Amino acid sequence: MVTTPTRIAHPLGLELDHIDHGYMIGGVFTPVLDDISLSIAPGEFVALLGPSGCGKSTLLRLIAGLEPPHGGTILAEDIPISGPGPDRIVMFQDPTLYPWRTVRGNVALGHDIAGRKDPASVDAAIELVGLKGFERAWPHQLSGGMAQRAALARALVNDPRVLILDEPLGKLDSLTRLTMQTELHRLWRDRGFTAIMVTHDVEEALLLATRIVVFSPRPARIIADLPIDLPPHRHRDDPRLLDLRKNILTQLGHSADW
Amino acid sequence: MSSPNTPSPNQTAHTPSGQTATKSGTSSRRPLLPWVAGPAWFLAALVTWRWPDADDFPDTNQLAALFCTIGLALTVTAALRRLSARAPWAIALGLGFTAWEIIQAKLLWLPRPFFGTPQDLLDVFLTDWRRLGDSLLHSLGLLAVGYGIGAALGVAIGIGLGRSLRFRYWVRPLIRLIGPLPPVALLPLAFIIIPSSRLASEALLALAAGFPTTILTWSGVAAVDPAYYDVARTMGARNRFLVLRVALPAAMPQIFVGLFMGLGVSFATLVVAEMLGVKSGLGFYMQWAQGWAAYPNMYAALLVMSLMCTGLVTLLFKVRDRVLSWQKDGLKW
Repeated sequence: MVTTPTRIAHPLGLELDHIDHGYMIGGVFTPVLDDISLSIAPGEFVALLGPSGCGKSTLLRLIAGLEPPHGGTILAEDIPISGPGPDRIVMFQDPTLYPWRTVRGNVALGHDIAGRKDPASVDAAIELVGLKGFERAWPHQLSGGMAQRAALARALVNDPRVLILDEPLGKLDSLTRLTMQTELHRLWRDRGFTAIMVTHDVEEALLLATRIVVFSPRPARIIADLPIDLPPHRHRDDPRLLDLRKNILTQLGHSADW
Repeated sequence: MSSPNTPSPNQTAHTPSGQTATKSGTSSRRPLLPWVAGPAWFLAALVTWRWPDADDFPDTNQLAALFCTIGLALTVTAALRRLSARAPWAIALGLGFTAWEIIQAKLLWLPRPFFGTPQDLLDVFLTDWRRLGDSLLHSLGLLAVGYGIGAALGVAIGIGLGRSLRFRYWVRPLIRLIGPLPPVALLPLAFIIIPSSRLASEALLALAAGFPTTILTWSGVAAVDPAYYDVARTMGARNRFLVLRVALPAAMPQIFVGLFMGLGVSFATLVVAEMLGVKSGLGFYMQWAQGWAAYPNMYAALLVMSLMCTGLVTLLFKVRDRVLSWQKDGLKW
């Protein structure tokens, strides 16, 4: 990683107002989100924690505008979200790089969609995630960690005002994961975007987030909303962090196991 | 902390393997074999020239000169060290022509006129090259128009089937009804309802190329990972981008399978159309040659046709290799 060319993004604040959502599964309507109201301030790093399959990722899809919610509204700066837009970029659990584009071509995707030519910003984003020298590599030539870095560069090149992270580190090996957590945190501090991240990993949430929202099993309801009042540079062994972790695991019904 | 369920260790990037195959392994044998190729053809030339023919065959001396030229060319190639991999084939062909020359031209073991001599074949090319070339151009022209239109339509219809519910509702039944029918079966009908036999053939060639291309494009588009669309949509991509820059490239491997299959069906349709209706082209030439019992002409046309077909397949694979250079590995034609 090189020093970040700091850019003042204008982080986006979001207002989720009584969101309901569900899917037809096998002809039966299955509710997924139940009356979710959440106010996210510009520049916050919000971690969404909850049991697997509870509907956190669905909530991210709604914020991204990939689907309209069945009930309720999502406001971005008082304007209802009506569809996807480059100010809200999603980073998925899988890198989902296009195999027919090189690393460079993948990172430039947002520019191609916008019909914009800005090779310098593509190079900068590639350098930022530490992939300099791999611009011409094909995705199948990358390791899992490198592919996810390329996906991160592809998101950053759009200068998102909200970075929506759908368990982006979930499939990485533990060492790569630790490095990526640090880098993600640094990017967030330097760039100043709003970050919303779904994760299963309580420790990850505690290390990165300024606020942790805990969800119930499906249909997801908010069962806890905890501000994390810790300095930005946190250590994994910080006793306050361990306390918070115990608290959150209790909320998730795992106190006995831990 | 939950244990990471990662499928692969964090390996560094690797280039596609395969170029490391040892090339120096056969160095002890390499210098010898290429030098044998020229003499094999000189032998064919010598036999052709000095051994008297069993009958009054045309162009014996020209054939000997041709063999000699090939022998010289191969010797030069060997001297330039460019012949190593193809040397066995060059030798086998030289010896094969020698054997054919001896068996048929010198000893006349096989019944004429069904079995010709190498000089008979050469004579066709020397005397009738204009008509053969003309036939080839006609066939290529017919194929280019019919196959081109069929392939383009096939890709377009396939994308429509893969992307639009309404399009699929109306077009799928038609595709299912007409598509599996061999285009040749429509030949009599096409010649009746379309006044120009050339136009009729082009339509059938388009059908021949279009059906496999349609089906495989459809299946390719249908199999595109929905996440690919989500990635582009979250960056604000509209339908046009999703179709042309996401669905199309993602389906490209399948599309090329369809284009290849369509090319095969097109060849078959082309030959039958030329034999039955169109008064030009290699199929027509072959039909004509057979009618006049001009067997060397038929063999010559067959050879030209085979070279045309394999040339076009090679061209398609070259294009494919170029377009799909991002794939890990592909079939080598």
